[in-house]
Amino acid sequence: MSTLHTVNKSPFEKSSLDACLAHAGTGANVLLLEDGVYAATTGTAVEQRMKQALDSVKLFVLGPDLMARGLAEDRVIQGITVVDYAGFVDLAAENDKVQAWL
Amino acid sequence: MPIEVNGKSFDTDEEGYLANINDWEPGVAEVMAKEDDLELSDEHWDIINYLREYYEEYQIAPAVRVLTKAVGKKFGKDKGNSKYLYGLFPYGPAKQACRYAGLPKPTGCV
Amino acid sequence: MSETIKQFLYLNRKAPYGTIYAWESLEVVLIGAAFDQDVSLAFVDDGVYQLTKGQDTAGIGMKNFSPTYAALGDYEVKKIFVERESLEERGLSLDDLQHLVWEDEDDDYAEKDSIKLVSREEMTAIMDDADVVFSF
Repeated sequence: MSTLHTVNKSPFEKSSLDACLAHAGTGANVLLLEDGVYAATTGTAVEQRMKQALDSVKLFVLGPDLMARGLAEDRVIQGITVVDYAGFVDLAAENDKVQAWL
Repeated sequence: MPIEVNGKSFDTDEEGYLANINDWEPGVAEVMAKEDDLELSDEHWDIINYLREYYEEYQIAPAVRVLTKAVGKKFGKDKGNSKYLYGLFPYGPAKQACRYAGLPKPTGCV
Repeated sequence: MSETIKQFLYLNRKAPYGTIYAWESLEVVLIGAAFDQDVSLAFVDDGVYQLTKGQDTAGIGMKNFSPTYAALGDYEVKKIFVERESLEERGLSLDDLQHLVWEDEDDDYAEKDSIKLVSREEMTAIMDDADVVFSF
């Protein structure tokens, strides 16, 4: 049973990301979108946490939300895949269900 | 109520401001001015064009205070006062000039 | 006329676009600037994300209001305090932010920097000094 988890809150403001990573099973897919994309950039206080997460889950970040926030793709932590809306749809379709962490 | 310009129809809000700023063309200002019995001079166009440039750069319509200061700097100190602007646009630069320029109603303008 | 000039501080702690707070704050600042008050803006926590340069919202179908911050100088808003620790926690530096200026009429319209990088300790003092704090 594969799950796509989505996180749309900033990791510096809400515990949504921590809660998601604590509950996402090995091999799960996690998509960061809206204010969730801030967790995907390098040099932040949560960068180590993200790198650890990459050992057990696949991480994706929504490109248009990065662009809107002035964050270029070269700021994204290595190992996190940037996807567009079509990629978001593919992920949703490939997984058995989508679980949102608000 | 939509306005008719050169055979084209433009949507406006209930206060007569253009619904979509990107729809604007100079004819829109001409038609709106005609409805107010106003003939647009070069001085009117200076202000209208300046408002459009300001919006393009900052994504807002300037407050009257900001506009008068900028007009004084750009077109000469004698023009940088509200008397000059109200002389051109009797209903007020915000209510009239911004509307002619296709801009939304300025923030904070009641 | 013996109106007291009060020190107003607008405290911005939210990232743009995810919620409406950032835009609402900017609108209130622009409206409030019509009144002669001493206005300062503080950007703390996720609020620092409001000032990043290169924002392009075409892909998310929302209005990009980041160019409006550059108009603040026209509205006599000359004091924009950004907290250093908040930037660092987010992997950002001053170079990642827009360069905001105001024109000094008394100095031949010279452009002067509006943004001042301050420490958390200095920010505490700035908050203490304000007569009124508006939180967003």
